[in-house]
Amino acid sequence: MSRATSTRIRPPRPRPVKKPISFRLRRVVGAWQLYVLLAPALVYIAVFKYWPMYGVQIAFRSYNPADGFLGSPWVGLANFQRFVSSFQFERVLENTVWLAVLGLLIAFPVPIVLALLVNQLQARRFKQLTQTVLYSPAFISTVVIVGMLFVLLSSRSGLINNALQLFGGQPVFFMGSADWFRPVYVASDIWQHAGFSMVVYLAALTGIDPALHDAAKVDGANKFQRIRHIDIPGIMPVITVLFILAIGNLLNVGFEKALLMQTNLNTQTSEIVQTYVYHAGLQQAQFSYSAAIGLFNSLLNLALLVTFNWVARRATKTSLW
Amino acid sequence: MTTRTIPSHELLRERPPAVAYKVPLRARLADPAFNTLAIAILLVAIAAVAYPLYFIVIASVSDPNQIYEGKVWFLPAGFTLEGYQRIFADPAIWRGLGNSILYTVTGSIISVGSILGAGYALSRKDLPGRKFIMLLFIITMFFDGGLISRYLVVRDLGLLNTMWAVILPGAIGVWNLIIARSFFEHSIPDELREAAQLDGASDFQFFFRMVLPLSKPLIMLMLMIHVVGNWNSFFDALIYLNDDTKYPLQLVLRNILIQSDVAASGNLSGDVESYAAAQRVAELTKYAMIVISSLPLMIALPFMQKHFTKGALIGAVKS
Repeated sequence: MSRATSTRIRPPRPRPVKKPISFRLRRVVGAWQLYVLLAPALVYIAVFKYWPMYGVQIAFRSYNPADGFLGSPWVGLANFQRFVSSFQFERVLENTVWLAVLGLLIAFPVPIVLALLVNQLQARRFKQLTQTVLYSPAFISTVVIVGMLFVLLSSRSGLINNALQLFGGQPVFFMGSADWFRPVYVASDIWQHAGFSMVVYLAALTGIDPALHDAAKVDGANKFQRIRHIDIPGIMPVITVLFILAIGNLLNVGFEKALLMQTNLNTQTSEIVQTYVYHAGLQQAQFSYSAAIGLFNSLLNLALLVTFNWVARRATKTSLW
Repeated sequence: MTTRTIPSHELLRERPPAVAYKVPLRARLADPAFNTLAIAILLVAIAAVAYPLYFIVIASVSDPNQIYEGKVWFLPAGFTLEGYQRIFADPAIWRGLGNSILYTVTGSIISVGSILGAGYALSRKDLPGRKFIMLLFIITMFFDGGLISRYLVVRDLGLLNTMWAVILPGAIGVWNLIIARSFFEHSIPDELREAAQLDGASDFQFFFRMVLPLSKPLIMLMLMIHVVGNWNSFFDALIYLNDDTKYPLQLVLRNILIQSDVAASGNLSGDVESYAAAQRVAELTKYAMIVISSLPLMIALPFMQKHFTKGALIGAVKS
């Protein structure tokens, strides 16, 4: 009430800062056409993202189809315990980490090196050719890539084994040996994707001010030095962001490819967390158990992403958020 | 102020070399060494990528026995089109092709339409609740219900074994939505909208008559991402479809290329010799299939490259 008395003394004030509900409601109603444009995407995430997120509670239940997500009995962490104590746990986790770390350590730097080399080339034709050729496998489907691996690495008639025998070697049963799964996986990944990533880095390199290079040339810096002191620092933010994203996807990488490359003979190294989820969950219908494994995997992933983003922000002032 | 004009013959006259000091040998050799090294590495990379592709093309028209004996290296040996003939005679492949076209066209239209609409709405700073809605989308990038509960949702919706199970669950990628949103934010000025609103245009009219025609590069990029993605995808079909007449091409390819489903790609009779022969022809069919299934995208590649590069950069920098 004291406020009412004070307004009487002072000259009339503009309307209060907080807008009344009716005003905001009118704005919402006025924007109804925008909400209509938004609706399909909202319905989509509600049904195919948030509903499954809600359904992930079956990881803590003993799911049976008749009772649905909510009705199935609560079992707490039993599914997680079963996974952790199963004989598969160590092997599956080890395989996943191996594949992810090899991919990150070997496959991640390759496109950067390629981009730095291509960027220094003077011949435009050759530059264009390199890009187009190296880029092209990115459009081939995973199924066809793995199909190519099977025919090219076939121990009976494959190109690689024919070449090995030509030079006096013994044929190697690449697709049917546990030892060869990881090298073949990582090498074919580089073969398929390095070109595409290279183009991203090249685009980032074109953003570097040419005056820097000119100045360095006047000072007598050679190409090695210019790459080291101009190009690499120049694309460092892009490298960092892509690296964090790669870390965030560390345990999700190439699940489809691993599944396709799996044969009865290489499961010792090719069974990763997600292929195990697929086999246990969808092929053997152990829904709750495999949902728990999947949840375990995505929590691990999220923890990695948050940690590395934090490290990157501390170390380089670049981060995702 | 007057300027003295320099006669042209004076300009053309050769000047004495400017370098008075001697550049050390190591420094003079650094750049040529770099160039040689770079070109050598890139030539090896080009060969490593291009040769297997080339080999598959020549192998697809070669006599399977010659491949088997390791006689095919740079030119096809014992030219035959049998592999291609078998593919075109296989009804499963034609059916797969038809399904793939249906799923790709329908799926891409749904995805791109939803992304453009939502991307535009979220690019409008005057959209009430914009930040909250954006947060709803961003969260889904970090938390995921996982394969199993998504499968159960699709099953509970009664979509199993329908084309919608292949199209809908992966229809909208939040990453693409962010690309679309930042495109609209940067290329559709607020003044344009205000002017249109003064003229009495509704949001729909502005979106359909102004925004979309101004966003052709984005629409092209989105269409290509989704056409390539839908065309190449197999996993959703693998888990949600069990009727093989509904299989898309990639799943048919998987069964023949990877599962070595010989029965699907040729007829089998009892004795060992014809079994071995059938196997070799099956290998030949595989080469031909790889060519046939990758050719459309390879031909379209030069036209798509520009758009993809652009999009990849937006994706990498705008995060």
